[in-house]
Amino acid sequence: MRLILEIAFTHIAGRGRQTLVAIVGVAVGVGFSVAMAALMQGGQDDFVEQLINTMPHVQITDERRTPPRQPAEEVFGAAAISGLRPREDRRGIINPTAALTWLRGWVPGQVAENLKAQGVIRYAGRDVGASIIGVDPDAERGVSPIVEDFVQGSFDRLRAGGNNILIGDTMASRLGAGLGDTITAVSSTGLSRNFKIAGLFHTGTTARDEGEAYVLLKNAQILSERANAINEIRIKLADPNAAPAVAKRTEAELGYKAMAWQEANESILEALVVRNVIMYTVVAAIMLVAGFGIFNIISTITHEKARDIAIMKSLGFAEADMRRLFLIEGVAIGAAGSLFGWLLGFSLVYALAQVRFELATTGQEMTRLPIAWSFLHYLLAAGFALASAAVAGYLPARRAAKLNPVDIIRGAT
Amino acid sequence: MSTLIEAVNLTRVLPAIVPVTLIKDVSLSVGEKEFVAVTGPSGSGKSSLLYLLGLLDRPTSGTLKIGGRDSGPMDEQERARTRLAMMGFVFQFHFLLPEFTVRENVEIPMRKLGQLSRPQMRERATELLESLGLAGHLDKRPDQLSGGQRQRVAVARSLANDPPIVLADEPTGSLDTKSSEQVFHILETLVRERNKTVIAVTHDVEMAARMDRRIHLVDGGIEEP
Repeated sequence: MRLILEIAFTHIAGRGRQTLVAIVGVAVGVGFSVAMAALMQGGQDDFVEQLINTMPHVQITDERRTPPRQPAEEVFGAAAISGLRPREDRRGIINPTAALTWLRGWVPGQVAENLKAQGVIRYAGRDVGASIIGVDPDAERGVSPIVEDFVQGSFDRLRAGGNNILIGDTMASRLGAGLGDTITAVSSTGLSRNFKIAGLFHTGTTARDEGEAYVLLKNAQILSERANAINEIRIKLADPNAAPAVAKRTEAELGYKAMAWQEANESILEALVVRNVIMYTVVAAIMLVAGFGIFNIISTITHEKARDIAIMKSLGFAEADMRRLFLIEGVAIGAAGSLFGWLLGFSLVYALAQVRFELATTGQEMTRLPIAWSFLHYLLAAGFALASAAVAGYLPARRAAKLNPVDIIRGAT
Repeated sequence: MSTLIEAVNLTRVLPAIVPVTLIKDVSLSVGEKEFVAVTGPSGSGKSSLLYLLGLLDRPTSGTLKIGGRDSGPMDEQERARTRLAMMGFVFQFHFLLPEFTVRENVEIPMRKLGQLSRPQMRERATELLESLGLAGHLDKRPDQLSGGQRQRVAVARSLANDPPIVLADEPTGSLDTKSSEQVFHILETLVRERNKTVIAVTHDVEMAARMDRRIHLVDGGIEEP
């Protein structure tokens, strides 16, 4: 066996240029597979991350999935009721303190409550419809990425208390108001209060930049005349994949509709599955093409060695020895190529990660190419290269080993 | 004198649409220390017979015993093993492995057999090559040698495992007169001094005349003189 190894390495070392070409061929295949996989995976991850980051993982609202049952239905198994309207609920989550305490007791993540009310923001005679969201600044910090999105002022100014309000930059420009100006918020119940703009945010989502205003929870409760009420609880989990389980348990316990982000974005996730299929098809195609290249190069070398196979057979080497020899040569070239391919792939990925470009529509956001650094890509690409190199070494060697050495010797003379 | 090679009714037919008979009903026996020439016109089956005797090819029918063992039931591994221990080949072209040095080429069959230690192999290879007048060329590669020198390396390689039989296919066929003479002399010495049996295919009538025994082939069969 050691002899076979030695012969294999002497063969490889003895044909410097050819070996180099083969190794470069393998390396290019592996390198580009790695780079493409990183790019595709990166794009995917980036998309999901954006999705997960911008929204709560579980959203509990004061709605119920089914209308409340009539008292008669609760008591009697079979009751036919007609012509009745469902009982009117007091809007909002009942007993919010208990619900929050219960949630904070077991949910692995951050929980924040808020009161969302529809209203109008008024300034200098201009009106803009808005969702006025009352938040607890400390809790909000844990669940919402909006904290990072301020272009002027900051989220922390809300904490200072008083009548501060945070609005989107688009809304501000529509109102013609700026930082420090006092605007009027009018609720759907007709109450109005003055707030001072303490911060402008830009999330990149026009609907939010134009239609959201953040105030302290207390102020929102006063504005909508609902003391101590909240109508939404948002949960940010450490593991976004746990969201459906958390939502299910919450809904079973509290009775309110709890929606996991997967449920809220079902159609997008469906599209992602299709994208995933496309991505893996493309990566597999690249690897297949690379595999063919590797196969080609190594089988050419093996074919050229047909004469040596005949010689060694005449010396007393068996067919199995010959197959082993070329298998080792193929795998060795595949391994060396994979190593260089890793280097190439890493450099390519690194270079791609440096590319920055400007998004034309907003004109102010610099974006990088989304890149996924995954060791799995390297393993996959190398594994694929090794496999095709092994096959490429083995198949022609098997045929050549089976050939009668006489035919090859005759062919040479 | 014991028999090394015994062939009975060897026939080799190339399977094709019109089958070609290369060797027809050849029976012969070769003993120790024989110096045998296989002669005949081109296409008479000289080389084919040699490859059959050397277990490089399988007969279509007939039996072949090497050193008393029937080669018919041997599997591929055993045939390889028998070639390794019992025979050395010298071809018209040297067929040395180009990536290895002269000495490594001679050592490879020994290492495959694996009966000697590495220093012993080295010593034996050196001895063999020096005895064939290649003392200064041990670490050269085959392409740095002349045709005659390469052919002598091939002879040294065929002797690596000290086999009782050396099979030569036109060993001087691609050499000039002087080198031919040298190689022929070496083969003769193998028989006379090292007690080998040498079977050499040649179309050189004069050379055949100088050997102990001649087998003349015509159209795949032995023609008695």
